[in-house]
Amino acid sequence: MEVRDLRTHFFTESGVVKAVDGVSFELEAGETLGLVGESGCGKSVSALSVMRLIPDPPGKIVDGEIIFEGQDILKLGMDNMRRIRGAKISMVFQEPMTSLNPVLTVERQITETVQLHKGASREAARRESIDLLFKVGIPDPEHRIKQYPHQFSGGMRQRVMIAMAISCNPRLIIADEPTTALDVTIQAQILELMKSLTTEFGVALIVITHNLGVVARYADRVNIMYAGKIIERGEAREIYSNPRHPYTVGLLKSVPRLDRPRREKLEPIEGQPPDLANLPPGCAFRARCRWVIDKCATDAPPLMQTGDGHWSACWQSDLLGAHALAGTVDINQASTIPNGGPQPEAKLPSTPQLDNPGLNNPGFDNPPSESN
Amino acid sequence: MTTMPGTDARGSNPTDDREILMEVKNLKMYFPVTSGLFFQRTVAHIKAVDDISFFVRKGETLGLVGESGCGKTTTGRCILQLYRPTEGQIIFEGQELTTLGSKEMRRMRREMQVIFQDPYSSLNPRMTAGNIIGEPLMVHKLVANKAEYRERVADLLQNVGLNPYMADRFPHEFSGGQRQRIGVARALSVEPKFIVADEPVSALDVSIQAQIINLLEDLQERYNLTYLFIAHDLSVVRHISDRVGVMYLGHIVELADRNEIYVDPVHPYTKALLSAVPIPDPVADAQRERVVLTGEVPSPLNPPSGCVFHPRCPIATADCARINPELRQVSEKHWAACIHAPGYGPKVNGKG
Repeated sequence: MEVRDLRTHFFTESGVVKAVDGVSFELEAGETLGLVGESGCGKSVSALSVMRLIPDPPGKIVDGEIIFEGQDILKLGMDNMRRIRGAKISMVFQEPMTSLNPVLTVERQITETVQLHKGASREAARRESIDLLFKVGIPDPEHRIKQYPHQFSGGMRQRVMIAMAISCNPRLIIADEPTTALDVTIQAQILELMKSLTTEFGVALIVITHNLGVVARYADRVNIMYAGKIIERGEAREIYSNPRHPYTVGLLKSVPRLDRPRREKLEPIEGQPPDLANLPPGCAFRARCRWVIDKCATDAPPLMQTGDGHWSACWQSDLLGAHALAGTVDINQASTIPNGGPQPEAKLPSTPQLDNPGLNNPGFDNPPSESN
Repeated sequence: MTTMPGTDARGSNPTDDREILMEVKNLKMYFPVTSGLFFQRTVAHIKAVDDISFFVRKGETLGLVGESGCGKTTTGRCILQLYRPTEGQIIFEGQELTTLGSKEMRRMRREMQVIFQDPYSSLNPRMTAGNIIGEPLMVHKLVANKAEYRERVADLLQNVGLNPYMADRFPHEFSGGQRQRIGVARALSVEPKFIVADEPVSALDVSIQAQIINLLEDLQERYNLTYLFIAHDLSVVRHISDRVGVMYLGHIVELADRNEIYVDPVHPYTKALLSAVPIPDPVADAQRERVVLTGEVPSPLNPPSGCVFHPRCPIATADCARINPELRQVSEKHWAACIHAPGYGPKVNGKG
């Protein structure tokens, strides 16, 4: 699949929200791609655009191409799209509680897809569904298939969702925060399951998440999104060890890590994400960026290649990289800073954030609905 | 009867002999399950918290981790007397809370406050930020006049990194992180000694989480606050806590110093929980030992016999189904409830 310059905008009363604004990426068969970003960065809208599930109005895919197996699915009619959705591209949603129909048995919900897309008889669909439930690790599937969603636990419901997603042997599964609503030990089970299914059936997988750990463990390549744009992409290992965008660096440094000695202080990204309906010109991240230069205010940086398969949308990407991740107030890691490496403004703003309520940050005291 | 971690630690630990602020003794919280339309009979009990004991020292942060339904939130609410515990004692500064009347309890609430998880639903949408923060001042009659009230609210806003002029805004005008700051300011308004922070950052984005954690730490230092920090994110808990307790199905299965519990966990559940957390670094993550648990957390309505973890435990033996292990000291700053834990002898007291 290839996504080219996708733009999905929402036309609201307070203005045009450019939820996805020029996103391009490609995905090879059998590959796992991580789509990472914080709430409102456009990662879910990108996925819904691929499924053509954007509520219209207010949303609209205003530009772009999504080439899937040689055809642009944005040009397909609704009937043809329905044939692809669920059969070739399927989706696993975040909330297993709300994405299953509570008044239908699990059997009805799984067999529906199988009957519709494969034209199987009711009995054949039932047998196949039981088989699917078994594959996703639901014990006693003959019995459980007759039950209703509320009789399943969160992890089991997510397994049902996955069973539905793989029921028609899709080429691509989009998992939107598949494990966010689940507990850690169940999270691990579900992710292992999805990973083994993708390798077994050669299915491509897009994992949308804000959890950097999940992506590190399961994705081959990573796209980092901010304010409707992909701001960095590359191989997972490369992104994590050698980030070339200040936002990625900030994200990686703001999470405490279990495998490292505890740091005295966490390093948050100060300020708030910008209001997408009212984006200032230039780079959307500049108000929160430590590496900001004059050019950032006027010219929005495009994605530029910084290494083999590694792209970053930052004018200062040359100054970033592994040392930016290491060279900070992180006392325990201080010895790992390379001596010759450039250390641009690596010192933190020394004022603690208590005394610095974001006054010098234009995005801070500008919440979306300041109408009074 | 569970061994009291508190009593053991006081003598054996000269380096950390800060005064104990709050102590929980043999706390049980059972919720009745009723049946019948008119005459409701109690048919069963959900054992949300089943005989736990721990203490919190003045100025420290005790982290409580566990999966949903393990009883960590219930524990926090019992301490604040938002639930009346079925059994057990909660002693705050020498005062036993479970026997207090509602009037005396209200006075105690000045000393102990709570920060809730969801900054969207825990603030009244019809009140301005200023009134939300100032309400406790009025309730506890801590200000003499309007001017003093305004001044205090402005101070509080500033203390949590907001601007005083934001006092007139309503919750919907703030972002998630800012709302959580309002929640923190409200908790601080009565100058409490003890704050129960119940998943205070789980609803926030990663970059904002770190802001709130740093804020909580700064405030702790500045006002000598004591926290009970309840969360399911183990890396966050390690960062902020001095000691960490791991809960499973209403029991504390392990309690230790933060470094100790992460470097050298002895309970198989703690080990599994730690290994399930993916590390945001593909290289480091691939090198870690992984214990993927099978099955799911059993229902607290009908918990397993013996050790509650034994049906999922990779090292369970026949004894585990029989013996309900109590929380015992296994090394200097380390308590565990597992008969297979090194140092967990039949009569261990301080030494392994």
